[in-house]
Amino acid sequence: MSTVISVSGLRKSYGSTHAVDGLDLAIEQGEIFALLGPNGAGKTTTVEILEGFRDRDAGEVKVLGFDPATKGRAGQAWRDRIGIVLQSTADAGDLTVYESVSHFAKYYENSKDPREVIELVGLTEKSDALGRTLSGGQRRRLDVALGIIGSPELIFLDEPTTGFDPEARRAFWQLIRKLRDEGATILLTTHYLDEAEALADRVAVINRGKIIEVSTPALLGGRATSLATISWRDGTELRSEKSANPTQLVNQLSAQFGGEVPELNVKRASLEDIYLEMIGGTHE
Amino acid sequence: MSKPTALSIGIARGGLEVKQFMRQRESVVFTMLFPLILLAIFGSVFSNSIAEGVTFSQYFVAGMIASGLVNTGFQQLAIMIPMEREFGTLKRLRGTPMPASSYFIGKAILVTLSMLIQVFLLLAAGVAFFGVNLPTGADKWLLLAALLVLGSACSTVLGIAFSNVPKSGRGASAVVSPVVIVLQFFSGVFFIFTDLPHWMQQVAAIFPLKWMTQGARSVFLPDSFATREVAGNWETGRTFAIIAAWLVVGLIWAVRSFKWERD
Repeated sequence: MSTVISVSGLRKSYGSTHAVDGLDLAIEQGEIFALLGPNGAGKTTTVEILEGFRDRDAGEVKVLGFDPATKGRAGQAWRDRIGIVLQSTADAGDLTVYESVSHFAKYYENSKDPREVIELVGLTEKSDALGRTLSGGQRRRLDVALGIIGSPELIFLDEPTTGFDPEARRAFWQLIRKLRDEGATILLTTHYLDEAEALADRVAVINRGKIIEVSTPALLGGRATSLATISWRDGTELRSEKSANPTQLVNQLSAQFGGEVPELNVKRASLEDIYLEMIGGTHE
Repeated sequence: MSKPTALSIGIARGGLEVKQFMRQRESVVFTMLFPLILLAIFGSVFSNSIAEGVTFSQYFVAGMIASGLVNTGFQQLAIMIPMEREFGTLKRLRGTPMPASSYFIGKAILVTLSMLIQVFLLLAAGVAFFGVNLPTGADKWLLLAALLVLGSACSTVLGIAFSNVPKSGRGASAVVSPVVIVLQFFSGVFFIFTDLPHWMQQVAAIFPLKWMTQGARSVFLPDSFATREVAGNWETGRTFAIIAAWLVVGLIWAVRSFKWERD
C-alpha cells in the first residue's frame, strides 16, 4: 500500500479566521476515506487545497506524489490522474449526457469508453437526454460520469448524494464501491453519517481546522466499547438503563419477566451520536 | 490513445460551444436577429440620402457591422462567462487537465462563427431590402477582412476581461448591455457621427467601437465621403493602431484578472 494523500501541518487563514489550523492526514491507496465535520470546520477548504483549487499558507501537501499547487504542464499531467466531483452544478444543460461525457473524454490521456461510463452510472436510457431535463439524482450521476471518465487514480466526491431518495443512494453507494474495487482511492466528504458508515473504510472527524480523530466507522470515538442503552416496558412505564454488560441485563430481565421482555430494545451509540459528542454538538 | 493537445481540445470546445449556442434559441434570436430588426426600423424611418450617393441605410449598415463585432465578442462573452462561472462550468473545467488556452480557443471559434453569420445576414438583408451597395474592388474587401479579424479579436479579449466585472451571472446582461448601447450611441452607429456633440465624439474616440465604425465606413462608403469625417479623411492607420492597442490592453487585463470561480 502506498500513501495517495499526505498532509502535514496544513494551514490556511482568511483574514483572522484560521479555516485550517495545523492539519495532518494520510490516505492510503485503494481506500474509501470519509471526511466528516460541521459546516465551517475547514472541510471544504482542506479538500479544495488537495484538489488544487486553493493555495495554502503553510504545510506540506502531496497528492499522488505531487504538490497540488503546481501550475502549468506538470499540474495538467497531475490533473489527468485525478477526478473531481464537485457539489451541485447546473452546467451544460443544452448538451445531451452522451455529448458531455464524450467531450470530457477528449481531455484525458487514458479516458474510458463514454458508453461504458454512462452504463456504469446507470444513465444509458438517458444518453440522448439534455442535461437540463435530468432529475437531481440523474444530474449527480452525470457529474460522477464526468469525474471518472479519465480513469482517475484518485476521486474526490463532495456531498455526492444530497437530494437522493433512499433507493438511488444505495445504487450510488454500489457504484462508489465498484470504483474502489477497480483500484481507485476515494476521498468523500458528506453530511450523512449513515453514508460514511456504509461506505468508508476509514473516517476522519475535522473540527476547528484540525483532525480530531481518524478511525474506522465502527471504532470511532470509542464507539465499540461505549455503553449500550437497554429499554423495555415495565407495566405502564417505559424504562431504560445504560450498561457495559447489556447481555447480562437482558438475561436478568428475561428471568424477571419469565421469557419475553416487553418492547425490549438494545441500542449501541450510532455513529451520529458519537460524532455529535466529538464535535461538541447537542443531541436531542 | 494519443495525448490531447491544447489546440485539439480547443477545437473540440469550439464545436461544443457552437452546438450549445445554437440550442439556446433566445440567444440566437437576440444576437443574430436583433441587429436585423434595427436595420429594418432605421432603414425604413430614415430613407433619405445623407450625401451624394450615400443613403442612411448604407451609413447604418457600416455601423451595424462594427456593432456586430462588439455584440458577438464583447457582449456575448461578458454575459456568457459570468453565467458559466455561476453555474460551476468553469470550476469543473479547472479540475480537468484541459489547458486554459483550449477554453479561450473554443470561445474564439464561437465568436468568429457568430460574427461571420452576423455580418453575412446584415449584408444580405441590406442588399436585398435597403439598396445597400457592396464594396467594389479587392482593396476594400481586404480592408474589411482585416477590420473583421482585428476588430473581432479585440472585442473577444475585452469580453473575456470584462467578464470579471459583473458580480453575478444573472445580473451580467444588466451590466454589459447598457455599456454597449451607450457606446453605440456615442460612436455614430445610430446617428451620423459628425452630427453628435463635440464632447460625445471626444469620449467615443477613446473606445474602439468608434474606430471600428469609422473603419467600416471606409469600406462601405465612397471615398468622396471621407472629407466629411471629423479628420477629413478615413484615418485608416490610426483606426487599426487604436484597435490593436485595445487588443493588447484587453489581453493583459484578461490574463491578469480571469477567475475560474466566483469569490
